[in-house]
Amino acid sequence: MSDTPNIVTGDLEAPTTEAPAAAGAAASDGADARREMHDMWVAGTEEPAWLRSYTDEGAQEMLEADKDPALELHRGTVVDDDFIFDDVADDDELQILNMGPQHPSTHGVLRLHLELDGETIRRVKPIIGYLHTGMEKTGETLTYMQGSTNVTRMDYLSPMHMELAFSLAVESLLGIEIPERGQAIRVLLTELNRVSSHLVWAATQGTDLGAVSMLIYGLRDREYILQFFEKTTGLRMNHNFIRPGGVAADLPDGWEEDIDEIIAKVKQGVSEYEELFNGNPIFRDRTMGVGVITPEECNALGVTGPIARASGIKWDLRKAFPYSGIEKYDFDVPTGRHGDVWDRYLVRMEEIQQSLGIVKQVLETMPAGDYRTTDRKVTPPPRKRIDESMEALIHHFKLFTSGFKVPAGETYQAVESPRGELGMYIVSDGREKPWRMHARTPSFNHVQALPAMMTDSLVADIVATIASADPVLGDVDR
Amino acid sequence: MTDTVFTSLADAFPAVGFEQVLDPPQDVARVPAEFYLEFVAAAKTSGFNVFSDLCGVDYLRRDPRFEVVLNLVSHVHMRRLRIRVEVPASNLELASITSVFPGANFYERETFDLFGIVFTGHPDLTRILLPDEWDGHPLRKDYSVGSVPVRFKESPKAK
Repeated sequence: MSDTPNIVTGDLEAPTTEAPAAAGAAASDGADARREMHDMWVAGTEEPAWLRSYTDEGAQEMLEADKDPALELHRGTVVDDDFIFDDVADDDELQILNMGPQHPSTHGVLRLHLELDGETIRRVKPIIGYLHTGMEKTGETLTYMQGSTNVTRMDYLSPMHMELAFSLAVESLLGIEIPERGQAIRVLLTELNRVSSHLVWAATQGTDLGAVSMLIYGLRDREYILQFFEKTTGLRMNHNFIRPGGVAADLPDGWEEDIDEIIAKVKQGVSEYEELFNGNPIFRDRTMGVGVITPEECNALGVTGPIARASGIKWDLRKAFPYSGIEKYDFDVPTGRHGDVWDRYLVRMEEIQQSLGIVKQVLETMPAGDYRTTDRKVTPPPRKRIDESMEALIHHFKLFTSGFKVPAGETYQAVESPRGELGMYIVSDGREKPWRMHARTPSFNHVQALPAMMTDSLVADIVATIASADPVLGDVDR
Repeated sequence: MTDTVFTSLADAFPAVGFEQVLDPPQDVARVPAEFYLEFVAAAKTSGFNVFSDLCGVDYLRRDPRFEVVLNLVSHVHMRRLRIRVEVPASNLELASITSVFPGANFYERETFDLFGIVFTGHPDLTRILLPDEWDGHPLRKDYSVGSVPVRFKESPKAK
């Protein structure tokens, strides 16, 4: 690297041999101003070809049909569904339709670029990024202590899982063990969160298919869980409750009664939904055989969670790579066979029941003890000690201002979120802040798989398919 | 390498370094960039058939500067394999694995978008998260937080 010394020692503070021209001076020359923005390009070296080529609205355009790999994958697999394989119309008969990003049934700011042949969707291109807030970059500027406040805002419907994945990753680098009660509280909260997330999915799935009252029912039952979260963590969403080292506080007094009530009410609610949906001919017609994805497509596209299980892949990270002591609880992994919207509905409904079963077991077997590790490296001293000891006060202050150091290394930890595999890849350089924090979010893959589910089916099935994929756009764009 | 899962892979690619990090162990393969595509294809046939994750890392002061990290899962072996490929700053090109795993499509676009790593053979390598006309690659370490001025609407004039 001796020929390009600026790259290796390229520190922001360190002056380079040729200081970048001031903005005013460069304004006269457009090319210079553009180069100046390109941080990579170093004065004195040749500008690489890829820097000169601009994407120029490329993301907004579709590929030529014969170059579309998603189409190739999709048409290469045999699917049993309502796909329409008529002769594809000429280019001038195809219509381009733009859906979103403000469409109400895109569950956020997802935009779909659709190529229609009459009523048939020939190609789909999901366009994302409207909610991109650079959370991975933000994560690099926050200490591990503050990190969970950041990640909890990514997937706003399952914040507990985001916090858990982050905490597990940090703990694996630190090599610390969490006490049994802390682990049980984590399982309790994440499984409750799975139920609340699936209830939102049930509400939106129903609404998108015309059962508008379902929105009220789903959100009503979710509210019981959110109230419990508020009582426990102080917030309805974005809790920052599961932290590296354990959880922030013990469960509130009387939590057993609250859980009993939640289980009873949600079970009652779910039986009502099943009554509403199961025999409903409109719901069945609009979901059966719609939005099919095969197991091969799931594996190739990285689709996980309920969607993959509805296709028949019996894979659940809670069983495959157990975390936080979840292997101690007895539960089943429901799978479907057809991989359509109807099977996803059945799988999610059963997952609600299974999660409530886990919650009940946690309730019965909640161990006593600490809710966070006693390792003083990551856990602040007890409140009482702070009143007595100057050192404890300093320790507390240091922990919350500069955080704790994490040994250098890299780790990947994944949890089974309501949407699928939620992974956290953290690279540490031995300091208080992660060198790199990457979140592998399930919705990102599921949006990517939308073309595989939608191609060659009907326009009317779009909303049913998007709702069944259950994307959270905060999770997609991060 | 004592692990039988990786025996065939290790035999076919002697240049690839296998290691286990942390506890519980995580399997990591360090793959030279020139074998990357073949190695991924071989890993897929040896059972690591599920695409999980792909991301870039910028080790600013290290040479080679960049790294692409790929995560594969095997349902057969119940294992996870992390593949690390080093990408030097002088040649920011790496083979695209979309022909093996179509799911890498969005992830490679994201890595191109945020790190500027060019995946050759990718069908549609355009920006995915940032606007098309964005300059620079924000997850690089020499792209500081707050370096892009945010244009707010005109503030009300002080009276």
